[in-house]
This record gives sequence, structure tokens and C-alpha cells, in this order.
Amino acid sequence: MTTITASTTAPPRARKLVGAGRRQWIGLIYVAPAVALVMVFFVIPLGMTAWMSLHNWPLMGEHAFIGLDNYWAILRDTRFWNALKFTGYYTVVVTIAIFAVAFPLAIFIEKPRPLTNLYRTFFFMPAVVGFASASLLWSWLLNVDSGLFSPAAYDLGLIDKKFNLLATFQPAFWSIIAMVVWKVAGFTMIILMTGLQSIPQDLQEAAVIDGAGPFARFRAITLPLMRRTLALALILSVAGSILAFDQFYIILRGGPRNQTLTAVYWIFNQSFVSFKLGYGAALSMVLLVILVALSLIQLWLLRKPEGLD
Amino acid sequence: MAQAISARGKLAARFARHSTGVIASVLFVAPIVWTALSAFKPAAEARLPPLPPWPTTGFSLENYATLNSFGDGLWASAQNSIYVSVMTVLLSVIVSVLAGYGFSRFRFPFKDLFFVLILSTIMIPFQSILTPIFLVLTKLGLHNTLTGLVGVYVTLQLPFSIFMMRNAFDAVPREIEEAARMDGAGNATMLLKVMLPLVWPGVVTIALFAFLGAWNEFLAALVLMTDQSKFTLPVMMTALQSGRFGAIDWGAVQAGVTVMMVPCLILFLALQRFYIRGLMAGAVK
Repeated sequence: MTTITASTTAPPRARKLVGAGRRQWIGLIYVAPAVALVMVFFVIPLGMTAWMSLHNWPLMGEHAFIGLDNYWAILRDTRFWNALKFTGYYTVVVTIAIFAVAFPLAIFIEKPRPLTNLYRTFFFMPAVVGFASASLLWSWLLNVDSGLFSPAAYDLGLIDKKFNLLATFQPAFWSIIAMVVWKVAGFTMIILMTGLQSIPQDLQEAAVIDGAGPFARFRAITLPLMRRTLALALILSVAGSILAFDQFYIILRGGPRNQTLTAVYWIFNQSFVSFKLGYGAALSMVLLVILVALSLIQLWLLRKPEGLD
Repeated sequence: MAQAISARGKLAARFARHSTGVIASVLFVAPIVWTALSAFKPAAEARLPPLPPWPTTGFSLENYATLNSFGDGLWASAQNSIYVSVMTVLLSVIVSVLAGYGFSRFRFPFKDLFFVLILSTIMIPFQSILTPIFLVLTKLGLHNTLTGLVGVYVTLQLPFSIFMMRNAFDAVPREIEEAARMDGAGNATMLLKVMLPLVWPGVVTIALFAFLGAWNEFLAALVLMTDQSKFTLPVMMTALQSGRFGAIDWGAVQAGVTVMMVPCLILFLALQRFYIRGLMAGAVK
């Protein structure tokens, strides 16, 4: 209230306006480089994606307007739908797996105790390694002949024949899940930890006095108060997983038998391997609509007021 | 008696907690340490059992030497990666500090529109506009150049770093500026000498994220860099790992992965508190 009255008192305001009036265009100069970059590398390409999706657009040679033909072709593109289905399946499984590991870790490191800082740092280390580095590292660990898992198990006499984890769908899929959980769990852990730390301690203590056990406290206090944090961690995990590419390209190359092609992988294939740029753009538009719709749902999830405030 | 039991219980709980902590730590850190150690095995050891992880016949830099003789060499790709990352850091810091200051302290036409425009780019993944980015770069004569890649990376950083910088500038009391203005500080002095030292933690944070983002990015580099001499480390290593330069030499892969991981780990360990700050700022957004 005081600030509003202060700024509406006549003399200072008048003085400020003179200065601001002279200075206001300067602000535009400050933000101009950022706006220019976003225009060139974002807004224009975004518009072009829509435009290109209506064309037959090979890398070389003339492009021709073909209306919605690319979109009709998508309807018949079983590879794309399979990729989309696989991406969805992967997203659900990996998100559950990440939470299953990250939540207990977050509880484990939440309170400052001896060595907690050290554990926190160790759990988090894989999260700063790039996805490409992590994928290359795991492609070695998972390799049937020179890697770690299969040869070490063989040398230790645990298995009598080296087992190629990447040759069939199920082991290959779960290998990727393990790799991603290893890389991402620490990140999710930190987000969840801040949610846990923001829960007022006296609420928990009051519940203890009321005779609530740990499970009842978790359900009645921790979970509802962490709604926003959980929603946020969920959003980050889902958004990241839907765009998955690096690990599937580097470790599996879409194999075994194209069963692990993700949506982005298929777009990459069509645009930059087959050079069907128009078709790739149409596929991008479909993915984009799905992602924006998901973002809006998630924003709505985040905005909803909490039960306990 | 009861006291003795509870003391023993506490000890048991502490033991259980630390064993859990140590086991989990090993699971998370082992693959990194394992790779870094294995990279020092001489080539002759590559065919031997993977256990133990460290070289048994003496440390050797053979794998690094082998890696350096692939294509244009490890060092050439590392140089590309360093160039791209450092330029991305410099440019995104400059652009974001200017824009953050502009959005925080000035009123101008389309201000809200521009701010929302920049922030909303986070909703649209660059993966879906990569094809036209490829064409835009061609039009600008930046196709297959590291400069073009830097442009893309800087733009990707903008929503996060501008948001971060605007908040940092918002947190600086106006009185400080007014006092400096009284003392006759001009626009440049105001930003560089007065404001910048006050928002320094924010600058370190966005620089760190820009570096990690550019250093680790893979898909855009894979698509936009067609010339082997322009490959960044992740692209070069993937080409090597997929056997494009002959049979896969896993020792060389380990060496390359180590080179890719070490700068990230060092920066993270040195700047942990800025990293966490950035995560939180990214989270509120």
C-alpha cells in the first residue's frame, strides 16, 4: 500500500516520467539482440515449419505446394504411429521408474545430517553428464563382448554364455530405462527435495502428537503439500522423455527391428536421412501440437490451488 | 537398560543409513569412475576380462592416442566443442544481461509481448523446428559453421537466462541506481560498474548452464554439422562408436567419454551452489 501511494505522489512521479520518457526507447535497444535471435532462430523457423509442411520439399530441387497431402500421408504412416506409441510407452515407464528411485532418495537426503551433502553430490553427478556422454558410456557397459555387464557376469561364472542385452526388445528397452534412471534420478531428487523441505516442520510434529504414524503423515501431509513440486517434476520428466532421441540413436539405432524408434527419431530419419523436408515438417507439426497440448494441461495442473494452504 | 537399547537402536539406524548411502553412491558414481579408469588400460588389455576396472599392467595413454588418430582427431573435435561452448557462454551472458536489464528497468513498446515471446519458446522444443533452422542457416550462409551452431545454442538458452537475469536485476534496490545516477554514472557505467557486480551470482549461474547445454548438445550438432572437421565431441564420438571409422575401439570410446564428462563434473563440483540455484529458478518458471 505504501509503495503505491509513494509512486502516485505528484512531484517524484513527474520527475520520473521526464526521465523515463527520454529513456524508454533505450530499453528496446537492450532487449533487441535477444529478440532478434529469437526471431531468426525460433519464430521464423516455426512459421517455416507450418509452411513447409504443405509442400513436397526435397533437399535439392524445386519444392511444390501439395496442400494437406503430407498430413494425409502421416495418417497412413504406421512407422510414425508405432514410434509415437513407443514414445508414449517409454515416457510412462521411465517416468514411473525415475520417481520410484528419486522419491526415496529425496527423503533420504532431505534432512541435513552427517555426510548428507556428500551423498547428495554423488547421487547428482550423473545428472551433469550429457545425455550423449551417458549414452556412449552405457553403450560400452552394455556391449556384449567388451562391455561390463555381460562379460563380467560371464567371468564371475554367473552366466554360462555371454548375453547380448541389446539384441531383443525387452532387455534392450529395460537397459535404456536403467541408463536414463541412472542419469536423471539425481535431478528429480533435488526438485523433490526442495518440495519436502518446504513442508513446515510443525505440521509434522502436530500430526505426531495427534498419533499419526509415518504412513498416515506421508499421505495426509507430505503428498498434498508436495502437489506442485510433484507436478513440476512430472512435467519435466514427461517433456524430456517425449523428446527422447540421444540414447535411442546412440545405443540402439532404433533397433532391434525398429521397435525402439521414437517420434523425434522418426522425424530425424525422414528429414535428415531421407531428406523429405516437407514431410518431416508435417510430422514436426503433429508432435508440436501434441506437446503444446500437454504443456497446457500441465500448466493447468500447476496452477490449481493446493488442498492445504 | 532402556537407554542402552535405544543407543544401540540409534547406532543400528545410523549404520543402516550409511550403508544405504554408500551403496547408492557407488551405483551412481561407479560407471563414471569405471570408464575413466578403463580409459587408461593399454590396448592389449582391451581383450581381457573387464574386471578389475583399473589397468593391471600399468597406466597408458594409448587409448587417447588412438582416439586422436581417428578422423580429424580428438583434439580437433575438442577444440570445436570448446569454441562452441565458450562462444555460447559469452554471447548468452551478454545478450541475457542486456535483455534482463532492459526488461527489469525500462518501459518500452511491446515489452510484455517480447518477454512472453521469449519465455514461451520454452514450450516449443527446438527438435520440432530443426529442419527450418537448417534452411535458415543455409540462407544466412551459416550452414555447417560453428558460428551457426552457436547462434542456435544461444537462442536455446535465452528463456532460462533472461528470466534469471531479469529476476536478478529486479532484486537490486532502485536506490542504488538513483545514488549512482546522482554521482553522474552514465548508462554504460551504470550497467557495468554498478549493476553487474550485484547480479554476479546470476551471471555465473547462466554461464554454467550455457556451458553445460552447449558442451553436451547432440541432435542439433549432428544435423547441422556435416563436415567432419566441424564435428563437436558428441558427434565425433558417435561416429566413432557407430563404427564409421572402422571397427569399434571401446578403449577409444572410454577415453572420449572421459574427455566429455570431466569438464562438466569439474564445473559442477566447483559451482554446485550456482547449479542448484539455477535448477530452482528454472523450476519456478
